[in-house]
Amino acid sequence: MKNRLLWPLLALAALLLLNLIVTPSFFSLRMQDGALYGGLVDVLKNGAPTLLIALGMTLVIATRGIDLSVGAVAAIAGAVTCVHIGTSGSAGTAIAGMAIALVLCAVLGLWNGFLVAGLGIQPIIATLVLMTAGRGVAMLVTEGQIVTVNNTAYKQVGAGFLVLPISILISLLVLGLVAFVTRKTALGMLIEAVGVNPEASRLAGVRSRTIIWTVYVFAAVCAGIAGLMISSNVSAADANNAGLWIEMDAILAVVIGGTSLAGGRYSLTGTLLGALIIQTLTTTVYTIGVAPEVTLVFKAVVVIAVCLVQAPKARAALSFRKVAVPS
Amino acid sequence: MTTLAPRVPSRFLPVLATVALFVLAFGVGSARYDGFASGQVIANLFIDNAFLIVLAAGMTFVILSGGIDLSVGSVVALSTMVTASGLQAGWPVPLVVVAVLLIGSTLGLLMGLVIHKFDIQPFIVTLAGMFLARGLCFVISVESVSIKDRTFRDVATAAIELPGGVTITYNVVIALLVVAAAMYVLHRTRFGRTVYAVGGSESSALLMGLPTTRVKVGVYVISGLCSSLAGLLFSLYMLSGYGLHAVGMELDAIAAVVIGGTLLAGGVGYVLGGLAGVLVLGTIQTLISFQGTLSSWWTKIVIGVLLLVFIAVQRTMVRR
Repeated sequence: MKNRLLWPLLALAALLLLNLIVTPSFFSLRMQDGALYGGLVDVLKNGAPTLLIALGMTLVIATRGIDLSVGAVAAIAGAVTCVHIGTSGSAGTAIAGMAIALVLCAVLGLWNGFLVAGLGIQPIIATLVLMTAGRGVAMLVTEGQIVTVNNTAYKQVGAGFLVLPISILISLLVLGLVAFVTRKTALGMLIEAVGVNPEASRLAGVRSRTIIWTVYVFAAVCAGIAGLMISSNVSAADANNAGLWIEMDAILAVVIGGTSLAGGRYSLTGTLLGALIIQTLTTTVYTIGVAPEVTLVFKAVVVIAVCLVQAPKARAALSFRKVAVPS
Repeated sequence: MTTLAPRVPSRFLPVLATVALFVLAFGVGSARYDGFASGQVIANLFIDNAFLIVLAAGMTFVILSGGIDLSVGSVVALSTMVTASGLQAGWPVPLVVVAVLLIGSTLGLLMGLVIHKFDIQPFIVTLAGMFLARGLCFVISVESVSIKDRTFRDVATAAIELPGGVTITYNVVIALLVVAAAMYVLHRTRFGRTVYAVGGSESSALLMGLPTTRVKVGVYVISGLCSSLAGLLFSLYMLSGYGLHAVGMELDAIAAVVIGGTLLAGGVGYVLGGLAGVLVLGTIQTLISFQGTLSSWWTKIVIGVLLLVFIAVQRTMVRR
């Protein structure tokens, strides 16, 4: 367990060190109007949506599934809320809009769960349907426009501060809840059992289908909240670009954190580290002054490096070499 | 289901269903809109989707072997970028073509080797490939680079006259040649047979003594080669290179292959199915643009619904 988290931890430490060398002020924090500012806080704030989606993704991947539709679901959540708010500035409208959006996301999650658990379609393909159609639906909701809102209550979700950014507090709260519910009860073990062998766990009395439905609904709701953060942060809903590629970042965070795509085991701490690594990497590229688009190259290198380090075959090759050198 | 009679057609049923869907969609268009049922509209389907046809052919190999390649769209973008900047730097056209094809197949080879040698899921490796190729585009240039080379423009704009006054571009000819070559390799060679065997059951294929390594790495090389060729066709079509070209095209390619009746679990499907899938997607786009009142995002929704219908049908067929 410790061994699995060692590499991600080292990677994160190395990235932070690099930041410290390039921008010595990176670690400095300052209080202003009851809010904390600084490089580290930025990382947390911008990484909150990715972390949230990655949490949902972790459980889905633990059941040997994958959810490609989270980016589209995030876009739909933002679109629905912004269209509902419209020109209103009242907190009630904002809360109602967010509630409608999250219920809708839960329904979308039910849909994914139905395709995977009900019809038995491969998760990649089942969620590909919503990934493709979902952005179309989001554009349908916004009628192809970028909908802007001016609502202080809504703005709090993505851009507000309660000493720390509210968005990261929400993500950490969800992380704590998931950790509690899955690790303090048998749920986590059941999820892993489904990931190892759905049929065998069903025969052993685990309600595999219900568990699969549950994780997809959870992933969709997480994606919905993340979508609210993204849209609230800029006070607008962009059906085309909100949450674009975030499913890839989330999957990446999960994999970097040591959760195997083959299912059967997962690490929430690992996912937290993974999400932080990705966001720190993105921030680092900005601070170093490389074109932000080039971040993709670094991400690719990190994915391959982490995957190689974690792959059993590569490990075997490495340890073999260690033995071979002295002889 | 009595006797063996239904078994033979059931192999071709998904492809036939796709072709029927294409005919149906086209029939609806011809009945509703003037000028839809013309040879040029069909030719335009091929002209506008030549690159997608090539991508789908490559993707068919990967999916048949039980893998998936998410990098194709980015490799298309990288190819347009290399083409545009190479030509801008004054490289001769043949050199550019060779360089692009080499880069594409090398990327494919590397991904295939990592997937096979280290036993990492194709999904995550090609995801890294996708990031890498897109990032490399922006390393070359963040801006869009237009192609001004005379030879290249001549090829791009040249029209081939077919009987009946229908014109096509060289892109279409190349795409159809690729489909023919892919069909030959997949259905007539040992390599192709092994692709099906690996997709059906890798361990069985290995136990039968089939060269699984060569196939598992080979399909990604083929897909990389097809992607870079599709990138060349895309540069001919767009006459520019840009890092944001072909965003999400990997999904179109996968959708086309799935709609064409290829099973994502591997082992079942045909190159022609992918071609039919691309034509169906193209027809839907044409229908929506002929309708005029429907916005372009309906395309995405319709493609999603089609995907759903086809995988649900596939699912029930496999269960039986």
